[in-house]
Amino acid sequence: MAEKNGINGTFWGWRRENGRVGVRNHVVILPLDDLSNAACESVANNIKGTMALPHAYGRLQFGEDLELFFRTLIGTGANPNVAAVVVIGIEEGWTQRVVDGIRATGKPCEGFGIEGTGDIMTVAKASRTAKDFLQWASERQREECSLSELWVSAKCGESDTTTGLASCPTVGNMYDKLIPQGIYGVFGETSEITGAEHLAKARAATPEIGEKWYRTWKAYQDDVIEAHKTNDLSDSQPTKGNIAGGLTTIEEKALGNLEKIGKECRYIDVLEPAEAPAKGPGLYFMDSSSAAAECVTLMGAAGYVVHCFPTGQGNVIGNPIIPVVKITGNPKTVRTMSEHVDVDVSGIIRREVTIPEAGDMLIDMIRRTANGRLTAAEALGHREFVLTKLYRSA
Amino acid sequence: MEAPHLLVHDKKDVVGVVVVEGLTAGTDMLCVVTADNSSFRLTTKMDVPIGHKIALVDIKAGDTVWKYGQDIGRAVANIGQGEHVHVHNLKTKRW
Repeated sequence: MAEKNGINGTFWGWRRENGRVGVRNHVVILPLDDLSNAACESVANNIKGTMALPHAYGRLQFGEDLELFFRTLIGTGANPNVAAVVVIGIEEGWTQRVVDGIRATGKPCEGFGIEGTGDIMTVAKASRTAKDFLQWASERQREECSLSELWVSAKCGESDTTTGLASCPTVGNMYDKLIPQGIYGVFGETSEITGAEHLAKARAATPEIGEKWYRTWKAYQDDVIEAHKTNDLSDSQPTKGNIAGGLTTIEEKALGNLEKIGKECRYIDVLEPAEAPAKGPGLYFMDSSSAAAECVTLMGAAGYVVHCFPTGQGNVIGNPIIPVVKITGNPKTVRTMSEHVDVDVSGIIRREVTIPEAGDMLIDMIRRTANGRLTAAEALGHREFVLTKLYRSA
Repeated sequence: MEAPHLLVHDKKDVVGVVVVEGLTAGTDMLCVVTADNSSFRLTTKMDVPIGHKIALVDIKAGDTVWKYGQDIGRAVANIGQGEHVHVHNLKTKRW
């Protein structure tokens, strides 16, 4: 099945100006800040087929938190699933910084400042540009690309014990097959490796990268967890949903989570949140929140174009720019929440389907998704775009 | 092949995961170890929901609980073979 469905096969994608390949062709109306959400939503309402990405931040941030903010916005606009971008900000300085960052990819991008112009005139000007971009994008053609040109991210959510038995090992099997073919992969969720840190450290490509990973994990433990911890992290790790699904401790949750990186592949670098991988094809770890929308937003900003999302109890997350493929091994979730499931691997726990067979099913769904099949989350309109904030604004 | 009631990751484990809905006390369960496909039978002493764990052996308060062949926490009550293992009798060693 793997051969027929093309581990070595191809898909139809949009090759961008910088050579990267996207699987969607979005024209994004990107607010620099919270104040510009209204104007962006007006533009997206005027020009049908464009998409605004409202968010909560962008004012009075500083230092590392501000750098992460810019990296996330620029990375989102630069993602190859995005054909062109209109940026609107309250003032022109930071707006231009985002425009320049996105333009470095070579794609069309224009910025507009609201101060001194007002919402109505800004929306009028930006709408004309958005219309030009949309019509230009609509004439871009898909071309045949090697599956090895895909960047595939992974993060699970609303996990339960079936996640560690079925859906996470399915993702791991996909990585074990596709990473050697030359794709880029990534996993993250720093807090959620707790209890499996000895195993995660050992999966680095070299001892030095393992040490770098351990320092990243330990820094989060010391600076965030130890400073603010409560019993079971206030029912956040594991979550109420995890516990309802039978997961009892963070150690148990972490061991299931880590099944996502398979048996063979080793990570070749540790990324900052939203940092684009720069060491070539392979698996990466990204320092990131375990909250689904934050983590997928960061992975999209790093340049990943398809996301694999194993779930047990039925997390419904999507993302505005990257298709989120849901995989579940829980037959109850398949029965009660089928509209959210893209790949049903519940046959694994009935011993009807092997993990390598499930891995092939996922590879087939990744290829179909790359070719244009809308995921459950896309069909249902899930567009969760959530920025990670490191500390309070000034 | 008969579908199992309980899956166990590793030979070293002292708990398994219920993988059928509506498991009732007294069921003679088919248990499969996924690492090597070996199987055994065990009777559950309680109604246990799908996804939840059952003790494969008697576990004493203070004992380490093993799953995936790894330490997943400490028992905080005595747990009998065939009984439900969850937040009421198993705690993290971390936070």
